Amino acid sequence: MADNTTTRPTAAAPSPSAANAMALNVRNLSVFFGENHVLKSVSLNIAARAVTAIIGPSGCGKSTFLRALNRMHELVPEARMTGDIRLFGDDIYAPSVESVLVRRRVGMVFQKSNPFPTMSIAENVTVGLRLNGARDRKLLAERTEQSLRMAALWDEVKDRLHAPAISLSGGQQQRLCIARALAVQPEVLLMDEPASALDPLATAKIEDLILELKKDYTIVIVTHNMQQAARISDFTAFFYLGELVEFDVTTKIFTSPAKKQTEDYVTGRFG
Amino acid sequence: MTAANHHWRNFKSRLMQVVTFLCAILVVTPLVLVFYHLVKEGFSSINWAFFTQLPKPVGETGGGMANAIVGTFILLGQAAVLGVPIGVLGGVFLSEYGGTKLNWAIRFAADILNGVPSITWGIVVYALMVVPMHTFSALAGGVVLGMMMIPLVMRTTEEVLQLVPGGYREAALALGIAKWRTIVQIVMRTALKGIVTGVLLALARVAGETAPLLFTALGNRFWPHSLTEPIAAMPLQIFAYAIGPYNDQHRQAWAGALVLLLLVLSINIGVRFLTRDRFQRNV
Amino acid sequence: MELDVLKQKLLTMASHAETAVNQALQALIQRDRDLALRVKDDDRVIDQFEVEIDDLVIQLLTKAPLATNLRLVTVAMKISQNLERVGDEATKIAKRARDLSQEPPVKITIELPRMASLALDMLKAALDAFVNRDSAAARAIVPRDKEVDALNKQIHEILAQYMVAHPDTISRCLNWMVACKSLERIADHAKNVAEEVVYLCEAQDIRHTAGKGQGTPAPNS
Repeated sequence: MADNTTTRPTAAAPSPSAANAMALNVRNLSVFFGENHVLKSVSLNIAARAVTAIIGPSGCGKSTFLRALNRMHELVPEARMTGDIRLFGDDIYAPSVESVLVRRRVGMVFQKSNPFPTMSIAENVTVGLRLNGARDRKLLAERTEQSLRMAALWDEVKDRLHAPAISLSGGQQQRLCIARALAVQPEVLLMDEPASALDPLATAKIEDLILELKKDYTIVIVTHNMQQAARISDFTAFFYLGELVEFDVTTKIFTSPAKKQTEDYVTGRFG
Repeated sequence: MTAANHHWRNFKSRLMQVVTFLCAILVVTPLVLVFYHLVKEGFSSINWAFFTQLPKPVGETGGGMANAIVGTFILLGQAAVLGVPIGVLGGVFLSEYGGTKLNWAIRFAADILNGVPSITWGIVVYALMVVPMHTFSALAGGVVLGMMMIPLVMRTTEEVLQLVPGGYREAALALGIAKWRTIVQIVMRTALKGIVTGVLLALARVAGETAPLLFTALGNRFWPHSLTEPIAAMPLQIFAYAIGPYNDQHRQAWAGALVLLLLVLSINIGVRFLTRDRFQRNV
Repeated sequence: MELDVLKQKLLTMASHAETAVNQALQALIQRDRDLALRVKDDDRVIDQFEVEIDDLVIQLLTKAPLATNLRLVTVAMKISQNLERVGDEATKIAKRARDLSQEPPVKITIELPRMASLALDMLKAALDAFVNRDSAAARAIVPRDKEVDALNKQIHEILAQYMVAHPDTISRCLNWMVACKSLERIADHAKNVAEEVVYLCEAQDIRHTAGKGQGTPAPNS
């Protein structure tokens, strides 16, 4: 099952180089919430500098999987996991590794944009740096501009960096959250349905942004919008009832999936 | 629906409207009455002397409540020093840490404490501080007011922190910010106006407490010199004057009551002002 | 469901095309001028179908179909193109039939009926494979095109020799040659349809792979 670091040369092969390292190696990941067996022995390899989409019906475990990648599932008191996750070779669940350090390498953007309301735009962008001890003003200013440019927001806000963050529109707020996550310079960016609360125009901007970002970052995106997955992702993983059913190059999943369950979900016969 | 039914429903609806309106008026009435009386009796006695002079010897007219006013502020200051850190941090614990069973027990205890009669608080602190120290003191007064504030501040802080959407905590943690920093610099900062509101309201409540001060601060006719001596406070002074035989004292009692009410009222209005500002920003 | 409407239209178009070929051949062999003229007129119907199907395909594409549905929609477009060409070829045969019916018959036997039956069988088989989603049957059709090509070549040579020997039959023989060429094209189109059916069922593109019809079907077909 599962890990398909495909060597079949298809015309749609997305990864630029054959020597693409794997950003994340997931082996036999199982997650329990109390008695609930939410993820069942999932194994998967996330390619670096590519976009991997996670699709599946509600309750299939895709958000849980995403959160296991930066140890955010630990916020739920009865959460328990077994298995192995390696980030560029480092075991992120090793006892000596603090979750705080993992989260600086693996960033996350949420479905509902949540810029901190008491802070300005610039303060929001640098909050991850400042609250982790950074003081150098020059560095902070540079990083602010850099991150806002990467999030395609700089031109829109460069004249009002000190305006309250909540004065931005929904789509801008989400891009601000992306800039905020990028400012910490993570290696991997996790996105949990980042555009589902946005109008089509704002969604398109976020999608364009993701296509730009993937040149430098590894991105894992959970989405319930299959057309979105087809548009922006290189690889797609289909989850159902806590199991990884199929994982392959995106065009294959959406033109000729191997498993009937995938076919049924993708053509809308359930979910 | 027949015409008769229709009329009857209309009438019922109108009747309820009138009844509820009258009840609302009834609620406001005591406040209006109190205010009216206080202004009627006490307004004329409010003058510069009232705010600057010490009480005159018994029997003489004139003088003021300056020491009581200062004393009230000193007591409230001490109460804040004791009540705010413990109450706020306790609220933080309830909201951000702790298992459900422990939290339930703490909340239950806080709710009970909120209902304890203030005179009981007074007696307890009397036994704990006044007796061993062999003296009534401002310190004891501050302590009792502070202890009364704690469960109140704790509960309001907890509630206000709970109102902060979980999304902010998640976003901060996802940035690799440590939990305690998240709580202090993100969650509490977001809830700051609410926490301050809670503290101010608690202060407003204990500002008018008389019974506990009877057993701890006792009262004083002179300027406060030391925290280990009895101290004057407005409620105490009002009480002393009100039950005294002299008309002049009665007059001053009314004035004191009015000033106390104005103090509490202005804290409440100040709080309203702060919270209205916050609402507008969130919109 | 629009996908069902699409399938229906395609099948109706297919039956019109089959009928057109049948009638055209009949007109040719039985020298029936009226039938030939009817076939020419009915080609309009087939052309109209192509327009409607293309329109329906565009509409369906806005709904962003995926997986099998996506393949069905694109295959439908291609099959309809092929069927429209089949209709055109039938018309060409009908025109030759019309011209030949106005002149005395040529005294020569050629294997045209056999070629016709091969081509017609291929067309019918391809359309059946589409209806039944039978990938193996579709694959089997592809190599049969060679036989039709061979027959066409053979008939051409016979007619060419005859023309040289009997110059007064040149125009009539040329008409026969054109008719045979059209039949050979019809067989080609049938092969194309079969290849599209394989793509629909297996997501495998077997076009332009020299003479292969082998391979195992995909797991979920």
